[in-house]
Amino acid sequence: SALGLTAVHVKGQIHLRAAQNKQESFEQPPMYVAVMTYVGYGLVTLFGYFRDFLRAVGLEKCHVAQEREEQKDFTPLYQDFENFYTRNLYMRVRDNWNRPICSLPGPVFDLMERVSDDYNWTFRFTGKSIPNVINMGSYNYLGFAENNADFLKSVADRLQRYGAAVCSTRQETGNLSLHEELEQLVAEFLGVESSMTFGMGFATNSMNIPALVGKGCLIISDELNHTSLILGARLSGATIRVFKHNNMCSLEKMLKEAVCSGQPRTRRPWRKILIMVEGIYSMEGSVVRLPEIIALKEKYKAYLYLDEAHSIGAVGPTGRGVTELFNVNPGDVDVMMGTFTKSFGAAGGYIAGKKELVDYLRSQSHSAVYASAMSPAITEQIIRAIKCITGKDGSTEGIRRIRQLAENTRYFRARLKEMGFIIYGGDESPVVPLLLYMPAKVVAFAREMLARKIGVVVVGFPATPITEARARFCVSAAHTRDMLNQVLHHLNEVGDNLCLKFSRRKHPSRPDPCEETNS
Amino acid sequence: METAPAYHLILEGILILWIIRLLFSKTYKLPETYKLTEKEKEDLIEEWQPEPLVPPVSKEHPAITYDVVTGPPSHKIIINGKECVNFASFNFLGLLDNERVKEKALASLKKYGVGTCGPRGFYGTFDVHLELESRLAAFMKTEEAIIYSYGFATIASAIPAYSKRGDIIFVDEAACFSIQKGLQASRSFIKYFKHNDMEDLERLLKEQELEDQKNPRKARVTRKFIVVEGLYMNTSDVCPLPDLVKLKYKYKVRIFLEESLSFGVLGEHGKGVTEHFGVNMDDIDLISANMENAVASIGGFCCGRSFVIDHQRLSGQGYCFSASLPPMLAAAAIEALNIMEEDPDIFTVLRKKCEHVYSALQGIPSLKVVGVSFAPALHLQLERGSGSRVTDLQRLRSVVDYCLDRNVALTVARYLEKEERFLPPPRLQA
Repeated sequence: SALGLTAVHVKGQIHLRAAQNKQESFEQPPMYVAVMTYVGYGLVTLFGYFRDFLRAVGLEKCHVAQEREEQKDFTPLYQDFENFYTRNLYMRVRDNWNRPICSLPGPVFDLMERVSDDYNWTFRFTGKSIPNVINMGSYNYLGFAENNADFLKSVADRLQRYGAAVCSTRQETGNLSLHEELEQLVAEFLGVESSMTFGMGFATNSMNIPALVGKGCLIISDELNHTSLILGARLSGATIRVFKHNNMCSLEKMLKEAVCSGQPRTRRPWRKILIMVEGIYSMEGSVVRLPEIIALKEKYKAYLYLDEAHSIGAVGPTGRGVTELFNVNPGDVDVMMGTFTKSFGAAGGYIAGKKELVDYLRSQSHSAVYASAMSPAITEQIIRAIKCITGKDGSTEGIRRIRQLAENTRYFRARLKEMGFIIYGGDESPVVPLLLYMPAKVVAFAREMLARKIGVVVVGFPATPITEARARFCVSAAHTRDMLNQVLHHLNEVGDNLCLKFSRRKHPSRPDPCEETNS
Repeated sequence: METAPAYHLILEGILILWIIRLLFSKTYKLPETYKLTEKEKEDLIEEWQPEPLVPPVSKEHPAITYDVVTGPPSHKIIINGKECVNFASFNFLGLLDNERVKEKALASLKKYGVGTCGPRGFYGTFDVHLELESRLAAFMKTEEAIIYSYGFATIASAIPAYSKRGDIIFVDEAACFSIQKGLQASRSFIKYFKHNDMEDLERLLKEQELEDQKNPRKARVTRKFIVVEGLYMNTSDVCPLPDLVKLKYKYKVRIFLEESLSFGVLGEHGKGVTEHFGVNMDDIDLISANMENAVASIGGFCCGRSFVIDHQRLSGQGYCFSASLPPMLAAAAIEALNIMEEDPDIFTVLRKKCEHVYSALQGIPSLKVVGVSFAPALHLQLERGSGSRVTDLQRLRSVVDYCLDRNVALTVARYLEKEERFLPPPRLQA
């Protein structure tokens, strides 16, 4: 932790608290778990080959959609091997994903009942719904997914007045006065000079990173960054290097090497270096080490791009994200990006920072020129949500929700650790991944929890490393203590039935910033 | 027993000693001429000055100050305080202020709230989405449709889902920006053919065929695609679809058709360019469109056979990794489809009006009209450019201001100068 202390002295502020708060744990399971996981995948793969053989021979009916007769002599659209995983593993268990709902995605929702007569190749809706399933999967951190008529009055008014969409791009006739109002609010909320909003969170990254960096620049991005960041980086044409997840030694080594050696073959100095990190990583639940990164960035003169998709509104005493959590000046982060889908219950994204940055993006962003502007009703929803969080609408509802979320998060995490599950991530993060490891347990877990009327999200390979399949819970401010207790009770039972309590620790230990991940 | 000759033993002894020496000697390292001392590294770090994050933008750059629209962008639009007749939004069927659409959207808002709070895979699939997908598939008479939550992301995610490194894509030069981004993300070989020039395309296809004959093994796994637009955004004319279908079967390439401007506009029932030309829908592998023009909602969709479309549910990046379309926008799109199905006369009305405007705009001195007569989005280009893009843009902007003063809203067509592959000349969009 020498680096942690150096950071403190350089910044001259007390960041020791931040280092101590990092109760992040990434406990490793017992060895037999890893072995059984590989055995499980091996068995399924063997079975997959066997069934492919049966299908080829004709003993088993082939359910996969076929190419047209007229186009049979074209080059095949898909390689057989690409789809091996989809055909043989995913198809058998795909009833756990894409579950349609027929109500608001609040703390409880109604799932549409669907059954399959042919082992998940096709689904049939029975027409009934499963009511009041507890929702532990939607990104509803502050509970803004609501349909209370009073709260939504201004949104309804806007919809009535403006219509559903804008039919134009921002630079042409799509720039409503509403958009400007929103941008001002967002900038005030984040504590920066100015901001710009876009219609889709994913597109915010993929369309603006190419405008900021290009050939001759270096992007240093975290191992576990989201696909939109990776796509934006690839489209920009810059060189990309990856550092180990949240590992400051790896990052510093890379920065040092980049500045000293320059571009790979020509040895010319890099034009710019951009460090891309996320506030909270959605699959791990880990929180970025912001003070250390800012210290590194100042030393090596790099720029920082912070993607706060999950952390804006969800962490920090007043919901302003990781900058507030670590007590860091938001002006230190060069590009603050975030989305409105998670904590604000709407859709879209924003980029905020200094005025020059935003002015440049107004003229050069792909989205401003070619993509449609945000729908007015959605804009109003975000305006209302921000006013609620900051208390501008005159009520304390916003602060109450933020406190409720923090309380729920702490309670939920503490109870899970007590029960003996392995969970990843920091104590403040409302994203709680619970490790399941073995593919069969993943599926059994999801189905069992649905039978007990709790909707969970499970993720496996390829979104996570092959041995670390997990269930991911998203705690919400709208969850009551009773709901959480009910979920915990069922988790306890299912955990015992399926032997999911792998944890061997009583207390999580304090990790070293350089050895965060044992990879 | 004979003993081995002495030199044998000595030689073997030497060899054994040599082996032992090699085993224990240090590995040979190339001299590290590039190793810097710590002090040198510190100096380099001190000296290095990166470029500023963004280059400075001059205050007079036309794209910084947007025209502010107060009030709904419908037929009468209030730009910068002036009320004008709106010739600048893509609201082709006028569904933006249709009361039925708004009512349905409001009902959906009351039931589902605003956002979906999740991607399609994780409880972000609503019954409204499933309904919209099946309605779109039924409307276009295809097997399946898939919805994206943003129009730009639709074709930009669809192309890389099928075409990977090593595949070949033939694209028209006038392809719009989202197609270009999709091509860039796919990392395939891109071959441009001159706009709407079937001979040029055939030439490229023949060249490719010759290449394939030289290397048949590689050709067997290289996928080939043609990407065209129904009604081109940049030139407002139509692609020659029947000729393309002939080329498709002759050279065994698949066709991806992008119908953002032509969906809901061309054809007797608004089904787009396939209906306009009477081409069988099955001959087109993938039709992609965005719902932000005629349908007056937000988002996009792809439709085609299940064999093709189902693949995007796991490999379309804009589908899997992004939140789904807010339900009220999906409900608005469903109602717009309802209106389109019930009342096919609106397409004839739209076409008549387009032709009327087209003939009225002919003969304006020094401005020429670019586009076909039934295209709802036309371009007005300067007949004689002054040679400098900046001056041309300024002149066009003054034309737009003049029109705004007389209560007609037009707009200068916007392009990103440095990013476009084939930059169209400056023009107005109506």
